[in-house]
Amino acid sequence: MRRVYLDYAATTPTHPKVVEAMIPYFSDKFGNPSSLHHFGQEAKAAIEQAREKVARLIGAKPEEVVFTSGGTEADNFALEGVAFAHEARGRHIITSAIEHHAVLECAEFLKKRGFQITYLPVDKYGLVDLAKVAEAITDKTILVSIMHANNEVGTIQPIAEIAKVIKARSQALGIRIYFHTDAVQTVGHLPLKVEELGVDLLSMSAHKLYGPKGVGALYIRKGTKITRFLHGGEQENGRRSSTENVPGIVGFGVAAEIAEQEMEKENKRLMELRDQLIKGILENIPDSQLNGHPGLRLPNNVNVSIKYVEGESMLLNLDMQGIAASTGSACSSGSLEPSHVLLALGLSHELAHGSLRFTLGRYTSEEDIATVLKVLPEIVYKLRAMSPLTKGGK
Amino acid sequence: MGAPYSEKVMDHFMHPRNVGEMENPDGVGRVGNPICGDIMEMQLRIKEGVIVDAKFKTFGCGAAIATSSMATEMIKGKTIEEALKLTNQAVAEALDGLPPVKMHCSVLAEDAVKAAIDDYLRKTTGKGLEGWKPRSETEEHKH
Repeated sequence: MRRVYLDYAATTPTHPKVVEAMIPYFSDKFGNPSSLHHFGQEAKAAIEQAREKVARLIGAKPEEVVFTSGGTEADNFALEGVAFAHEARGRHIITSAIEHHAVLECAEFLKKRGFQITYLPVDKYGLVDLAKVAEAITDKTILVSIMHANNEVGTIQPIAEIAKVIKARSQALGIRIYFHTDAVQTVGHLPLKVEELGVDLLSMSAHKLYGPKGVGALYIRKGTKITRFLHGGEQENGRRSSTENVPGIVGFGVAAEIAEQEMEKENKRLMELRDQLIKGILENIPDSQLNGHPGLRLPNNVNVSIKYVEGESMLLNLDMQGIAASTGSACSSGSLEPSHVLLALGLSHELAHGSLRFTLGRYTSEEDIATVLKVLPEIVYKLRAMSPLTKGGK
Repeated sequence: MGAPYSEKVMDHFMHPRNVGEMENPDGVGRVGNPICGDIMEMQLRIKEGVIVDAKFKTFGCGAAIATSSMATEMIKGKTIEEALKLTNQAVAEALDGLPPVKMHCSVLAEDAVKAAIDDYLRKTTGKGLEGWKPRSETEEHKH
């Protein structure tokens, strides 16, 4: 069976050049970067080279990039690190209702430890309201964490504008408020410079940009006071103990380099395919709708809700026909509630359960899109015919 | 997939038995709600205390569709008394098991059968199943 992978937001295949670059660091160049001898220094040099590449991709200084085990750790590090370093001044943190669980559950963890958390609502497109950011800030606010682009619906937040609001409010209050963004879905996908965004901390993950799994990074603006995340060594300038994942970090560096070169051209291609898929679904499936923002949207994200049918049953049918997608329905995640993101956008439970996400990438072709547009309406028709919420199938 | 299914579940999901509606059913049961993402509607044709036909329509995940299909198969040809003994475990076992997070779907299937019988009894005797309430509404969801 021809397989069509449309779940690039979940993970991407590692680029062959990335794999090639990583291989020597498993065997020949296996040294521990903390060792003073040749083997160690060789590995150390490779890490520093990768750090420069990742820093260049986001317009940061190399010493502002701390490698982590992935996006989740970067988010945890950012929230807990800033919270614990600045709790003497204030214990208020602002975030949004549609963050990734790596941020939301971290915020809940801090809440249990006495921090006050404000969850900003979003509009029907998933956008945070600038006025609400300003309103939420108090003299006890130490951190604002708003994701750059949402992993489910693809909505891109006005991070630079939010940064300006935070700056204006903190100046008026005479305090320092840190601004973190989870950019796991945008680094390597959208042109992005930390100075232009105006953020102090930014989370990244290698496997979302054709790098390996198990490695990510946190950008930490120079001068940011942050409590170290792991204890037990002086790696990463004492900010993150643990022997470095040298092959992973090397792979991340190469992936960042490739992304920088190919991003512009690839985005144009993906946006065309994305819009073909959106148009095709909305035109061929009655009672379907696009979730997220029509314009301020990741180039590779398609998220739709299809009325009267449930997401997991669509997903299973698609998978039987070789198409890999994702859903915000509770049934596939094992939790009671459907996607918190779709509910925050104001979708009914029924529509949230009937959501499908297709995320496109490097190997997505026009043929893949045509396959989905041929197969999906048939699946929907079949499931609607057995749905008690509709009469007769259409 | 978050919920790996047995071959039997996939068979009943991809080729569900007894899907549809009938004209003037003798008993109709509708259980579940859109909040948890599963709605099952079961229709029964009952002659002289025997279930001669059963149909269903389900909005829900793979397990919800497969358990509906299996439950209708298991009660066809049974007396009301026998059908009332159908448990969610029996439905799940007949499907070679369900992932733990999907067991509530089998509870819903058991409920749908009982709700349809309850409806039939109300229509014919004026009295439904004594003291019966859908388990899916009274028990906590174990997702």
